[in-house]
Amino acid sequence: MSRAATAVLFFLASAIALAFLVFPVAALLTHSPPDALLDQLSSRLVTDALVVSLETSAAAQAAILLFGTPLAYLLATRRFRGRAVVVTLIELPIVLPPAVAGIGLLVAFGRLGLLGGTISTLGINVAFNKAAVVLAVAFVAGPIYIRTAIAAFGAVDPRLLAASRTLGAGPAKTFFRVALPLAAGGLAAGGALALARGLGEFGATIMFAGSLQGITQTLPLAIYYAFDTNLDAALAISALFVIMTAAVLMSLKLTSLWHSSRSRSRTRSAIFASS
Amino acid sequence: MALLSVTVAHPLRDFRLELELELDGVVALVGPSGAGKTTLLSVIAGLLTPREGRVALEREIWLDTRRRVNLPPHRRRVGLVFQDFALFPHMTVRQNVAYGSPAPVEDTLARFGLARLAAQRPGDISGGERQRVALARAIARDPGVLLLDEPLASLDAHTKASVRSELARTLADTGLPTIVVTHDYEDAVAIAGLVGVVVEGRLRQLGAPEELVTNPADAFVASFTGANLLRGAAASGEGGLTRVILQSGERIRSATVAEGDVDVVVHPWDVSISREAAPAGPNAVRCEVSSLTRAGGRVRVAAGPLVAELPESQAAALALVPGDIVTALFDPQSTRLIRRR
Repeated sequence: MSRAATAVLFFLASAIALAFLVFPVAALLTHSPPDALLDQLSSRLVTDALVVSLETSAAAQAAILLFGTPLAYLLATRRFRGRAVVVTLIELPIVLPPAVAGIGLLVAFGRLGLLGGTISTLGINVAFNKAAVVLAVAFVAGPIYIRTAIAAFGAVDPRLLAASRTLGAGPAKTFFRVALPLAAGGLAAGGALALARGLGEFGATIMFAGSLQGITQTLPLAIYYAFDTNLDAALAISALFVIMTAAVLMSLKLTSLWHSSRSRSRTRSAIFASS
Repeated sequence: MALLSVTVAHPLRDFRLELELELDGVVALVGPSGAGKTTLLSVIAGLLTPREGRVALEREIWLDTRRRVNLPPHRRRVGLVFQDFALFPHMTVRQNVAYGSPAPVEDTLARFGLARLAAQRPGDISGGERQRVALARAIARDPGVLLLDEPLASLDAHTKASVRSELARTLADTGLPTIVVTHDYEDAVAIAGLVGVVVEGRLRQLGAPEELVTNPADAFVASFTGANLLRGAAASGEGGLTRVILQSGERIRSATVAEGDVDVVVHPWDVSISREAAPAGPNAVRCEVSSLTRAGGRVRVAAGPLVAELPESQAAALALVPGDIVTALFDPQSTRLIRRR
């Protein structure tokens, strides 16, 4: 095959793939006039769902960072028998069908679940309320953050951590002054991916928390509900979603670009300094 | 000066590290890569717990496996300079030096000539400067012991020459028990007054550099000091000299008394080269010149199994070129024999 023909084939294949991926997104944004979409965004259904989504995602994200970061650090810096099994268990929710995750949460933390009784005695109810949404989002999005964070902490040169210890710093100072700043880029990326995944969470939430407007109905659940009753509202929420997730992805890209340009300029300076 | 005493027994992949060391000054441990030198530093610093061992600085016991004492690294007063320096890349030079320091670091920065670099990051300074930052950081921590792991290995030859003498001066000035680990014998001699040769986890010999040269404990120590090694069989000879038949069949004599299988040790500066076939008197080995290397006003001539180090003028007078057949000459008095085990 001639070089020109190969180039044309590659160009065509790329154009088809790109169009296929972009077309539905473009259709979402253009199907209804912008003022109609904006009108729908101020409806009660949408504002309620937006508030629930933001509240529960923020709470889940805080829990993921608070509990996931130390776990990732330990798994990245310690070698022990069974570590691979622990990592696999952590990664499992990433590949589990969301419905399975929802049922799992129900039989673990639900009223009749394994820990349901214990949780009820403590006066905590986690079925069909915001706490349930937070648990569902954390269960599905948490592993994405932890996995990225393990890689980020694993990329920190262990000699830097050892150097910190020999300079009189205990484990806590070493973590906060050396490991955390050096892994920050990777942690931010993991956090952004987990946030995006959490905002879009549907299956586990509907199984475990239900879809009660203003209580457990997040944006994806509101789309599903509005799809039968008010297509314009479903489209408005979808458009809102596109904008929100694009913003998360863009900030992720900009952060990594900023990081790589900073390390490039440092390398350049080092070359000039040594020459 | 405080006394650091170290006893370690720890299995490594191919051998067992078994070392006992007491020091109150600067000691350079030299040996091939993988001899267990860095492991020893890790044990002293608390980064590795050995199977058995004891590490104490005077009365401070940092590790005693029998008494189940094992202080964590941050509670041992150790200043460790890592190979490649392990400077924190996200901190400035000042922040690096101040990281473990209990006091302001302005004086330390000035002492190490780092004041003008204080706001720079490690990635923006040269290799020699990074080495100074690493040393300043270790010393600013106010340690009781200094440990340096291959401090010159990552420097280019030009930088190394100036940094080496500066490092020797700095270490002598600190007055701390110091262990410098290196694989380069020349670096070891330039930095420390006491050199230990470590091979496969054992300290083969510890002594002043001259002692290692004049009286090496074994063939490995001799070869590490740069000596020529020839194998042979020794028997008593005439005139109080030992007769040695080399593996190549040539006969030589030595002032060392020995019998049986021996390693013959001759230093390159004790070997001269002649174009004559076999001048009378000294030991003579006929061989072919394979290479000539000029360095610092001297020429190293590789001839057969020997290396001779000649003044440049002498080498020029001989007009040697690779392929020449010459006679390598060395005196029986400077020919030492080490009994092979």
